[in-house]
Amino acid sequence: MAIPISYNLRNLVVRKTTTLMTALGIALTVAVLLAILALVAGLRTTLAATGDPLQVLVLRKGSESELVSNFTRTAFQDLKFKAGIARGRNGEPLASLELVTVLNLASVDAPEGMNINLRGLMPVGIEIRPGVRISSGRWFQTGRREVVVGKSIAQRFPDARLGKRIAFGRGEWEVVGILDAGRSAQNSEIFADLNQVATDLNRPEVLSSALVRATDAVAAQALLNDINNDQRLNMNALSEKEYYALQTQSAAPIEFLGIFVSVIMAVGSSFAAMNTMYAAVARRAREIGTLRVLGFSRGSILFSFFVESVLLAGLGGLAGCLLVLPLNGVTTGVGANFSEIAFDFRVTPQIMATGLAFAVVLGAFGGLFPARSAARKEILTALREI
Amino acid sequence: MSEAIIETRSLSKEFIRDEFHVVALKDVDISVRQGEFVALMGPSGSGKSTLLHLIAAMDRPTGGEIRVLEHDLHEMNDREIAHWRNAHIGFIFQQFNLIPVLTALENVELPLKLTHLKKQERLEHAATALKLVGLGDRLGHYPRQLSGGQEQRVAIARAIVTDPALILADEPTGNLDAASAQEVLTILSKLNKEHGKTIVMVTHDPHAARFATKVRHLEKGELLPEGAVPAD
Repeated sequence: MAIPISYNLRNLVVRKTTTLMTALGIALTVAVLLAILALVAGLRTTLAATGDPLQVLVLRKGSESELVSNFTRTAFQDLKFKAGIARGRNGEPLASLELVTVLNLASVDAPEGMNINLRGLMPVGIEIRPGVRISSGRWFQTGRREVVVGKSIAQRFPDARLGKRIAFGRGEWEVVGILDAGRSAQNSEIFADLNQVATDLNRPEVLSSALVRATDAVAAQALLNDINNDQRLNMNALSEKEYYALQTQSAAPIEFLGIFVSVIMAVGSSFAAMNTMYAAVARRAREIGTLRVLGFSRGSILFSFFVESVLLAGLGGLAGCLLVLPLNGVTTGVGANFSEIAFDFRVTPQIMATGLAFAVVLGAFGGLFPARSAARKEILTALREI
Repeated sequence: MSEAIIETRSLSKEFIRDEFHVVALKDVDISVRQGEFVALMGPSGSGKSTLLHLIAAMDRPTGGEIRVLEHDLHEMNDREIAHWRNAHIGFIFQQFNLIPVLTALENVELPLKLTHLKKQERLEHAATALKLVGLGDRLGHYPRQLSGGQEQRVAIARAIVTDPALILADEPTGNLDAASAQEVLTILSKLNKEHGKTIVMVTHDPHAARFATKVRHLEKGELLPEGAVPAD
């Protein structure tokens, strides 16, 4: 049987200052990692919640985002009557020509201004997005300088709140409504009438993209193939879902940087844990000798100190999880394709489990060498140490 | 005559310290029989503690043979020795060496963790051992809450809790006042006389040695013949 775990727990309590300092170092490392993971998870959830598999987004061939795509009204006329496109209440094809550009607005986090997406769309563009609803105010009217802003924009940009006016194009635009798109990235956009936006921005003919709704999944796939193979159109079609999935690549650098910083911090924390455990081994040399005389094997000693280090790091991991928990649900934003996407930090149970596992690995690494040194001590040498 | 449970032949221990060749023990032949209480005496550096450590297999000899409780210690590996020591040897240290974060009861229970006894049985055995040394009312006390004499009695309880055949004591009264030393020696004597435990005790103290049934002297690493004492 192994040395009782109460021996390790009580030793951690006895040297509480060292235990707390080491655990705090580990907690901060874990918190940094979890904050990054929660941020990336939030961004991915938002982008994954955006888009409908039945909807096909059409861009100019070679364009990877709506912002850099050109789409003419002529091409739209050719597109909207393709087979497989669903019809709306009035019998018209569910196809929306859209213009996407960026506006610079001052936010609470960046008073110097941040880029946000402005989407000019046709009334059918609203019909085609059943997940987008008005949470307060009303929809914009066609032919008027009115905008509806996503709820994340309204929270983070004081100039874009209901009743305020935003200046762009040839005048001021009144915020007449706040839209709620669930967890989707459209909470970070401003919607306005396509023709009014195109006129004000002097882009009457060259717009950005088209969004069409297929009648069913089979038709959606057929439509994708049809558009992509149509040499005359020279367009690139992809499902709306796939488009936003591709945008999650914007999270990759953040994730890489976060993990890189966490690993650097982890090496430091792991050395701190190692230092603490080496000190514990030195201080308890006589106890180690005594345990050996009582009949505990070298393996038992190794396991005991290893477990103590893992417990210490586990404590730090737990504290790290608690430190990062208040971030859950906090709204933030990152730049993606020249504009900002707002989303909530998501501290999920899986992320916390990852943090704990990370702490345990850190403790295991930090504890292994001191534990081995404890196990290797000769009995008499250990007993003679003060 | 009962049989020898400790038998050494030309037992030697040499080592290098600061480039000097040190002979800690030289050709020691000693035999300790079942039920004896042997005091090993001698000045500092005479090799008495070294001999005790070799008997407990806490150290390896550099020459000669040692057989304890029918085991040739040099033929056993680390793991076998650990198991053997737990089952057959009770060791009492000069500085008590209790685990400070464990209570008296938990300290005494510790060697039983290596046996097949269940938790309840272990606690009962540990409590019995503590009662035997007169500390039945101190089970939940931590070492820092006990006097030196009480700590050494807990250490004795820990040494006897597995019912070992051989008790080895290294200056057990060295850190105690006269009254506490007397209590500890009385307990050891009782363990020898009433419970038949074989005891080998290292001591400087002639008063302590009087509790033993046999006294052997060492000088400069050599065991003097029975009855002989070092020349002053």
